[in-house]
Amino acid sequence: MNWLILIMMLLWSGPVWAGEARPLADDPVAEARLKHLAVELRCLVCQNQTLADSNAPLAEDLRREVREMIAKNMSDREIIEFLTARYGDFVLYRPPLKATTSVLWIGPFVLLTVGAVVLVITLRRRARKVVDVPVTEEEHRRVEQLLAEGGKRS
Amino acid sequence: MNRFLLPLSIFIVVVVFLGIGLKLNPREIPSPLVGKAAPEFSQPQLLDPAKVFSPADLKGKVWLLNFWASWCSGCKTEHPVLMDLAKSGAVPIYGMDYKDQRDEAMTWLSRWGNPYPVVGVDDAGRVGINYGVYGVPETYVIDKQGVIRYKQIGPLDPDTIEKKILPLVKQLESQ
Repeated sequence: MNWLILIMMLLWSGPVWAGEARPLADDPVAEARLKHLAVELRCLVCQNQTLADSNAPLAEDLRREVREMIAKNMSDREIIEFLTARYGDFVLYRPPLKATTSVLWIGPFVLLTVGAVVLVITLRRRARKVVDVPVTEEEHRRVEQLLAEGGKRS
Repeated sequence: MNRFLLPLSIFIVVVVFLGIGLKLNPREIPSPLVGKAAPEFSQPQLLDPAKVFSPADLKGKVWLLNFWASWCSGCKTEHPVLMDLAKSGAVPIYGMDYKDQRDEAMTWLSRWGNPYPVVGVDDAGRVGINYGVYGVPETYVIDKQGVIRYKQIGPLDPDTIEKKILPLVKQLESQ
């Protein structure tokens, strides 16, 4: 009889744990949106991790906050605005194109162009240095003579 | 000589950038909230949970809002500095107990001293998120109109108080 009660208790308690562990499990669409957003957002504590990867308490809080905003039917843009208003553009893994981030966005292309220009100039200069030198009859004969001698020796 | 001039100048430029990069602290992220109104909240007080702490009560005053926690080691470092500042009476420091256990926070204050006239409790860290807090301690200077004027990331030290906080407070008081 005792065993039966124990089994009954175990069976009853199962769903209670499951409900606590996953607050949004019944809404896979919301969870997918959270995942999609969280990989675009930076965890501010461990700065090279996304909000999706991080286990820092702040990252957990921010995920909870984003979950709640998703539940309130806010758009991705509104959610990102909420976070950038508080934490700045740094929270975004893809920084927006602004005056302050222009060097970041344009810099690599400027460097590439400078490199290409330097390469072209160097190649042209080198091409100009290689000049055709005409070979005279006398030199031709001497070359043939030397080659013929070399052939005999070997 | 001319051959080495270009690589050398490129090298110097790279070294200068590296030097600047090493001096920057990646933890110090400029807050977009400086110059904006301090977010409203109304949180229960630590010492008397029946009472509420809200920035609206402090309109017309220049004050500091200090996020701290009993589990935070930087807060312990900062604590004597806050005690000195509180004793000087230059500016009131209001506390926000960030994601902490109530009894541990109470023990902390009774053991080390309480520099705050009022401490709010931010259990879930929501006030912290609204203020863009990403690590305690963080301190905000809030002016008479309730606008954030300065954010200190990490512990306050006597030098920062002397050179940044006190001159700023004086200037805001005279406005």
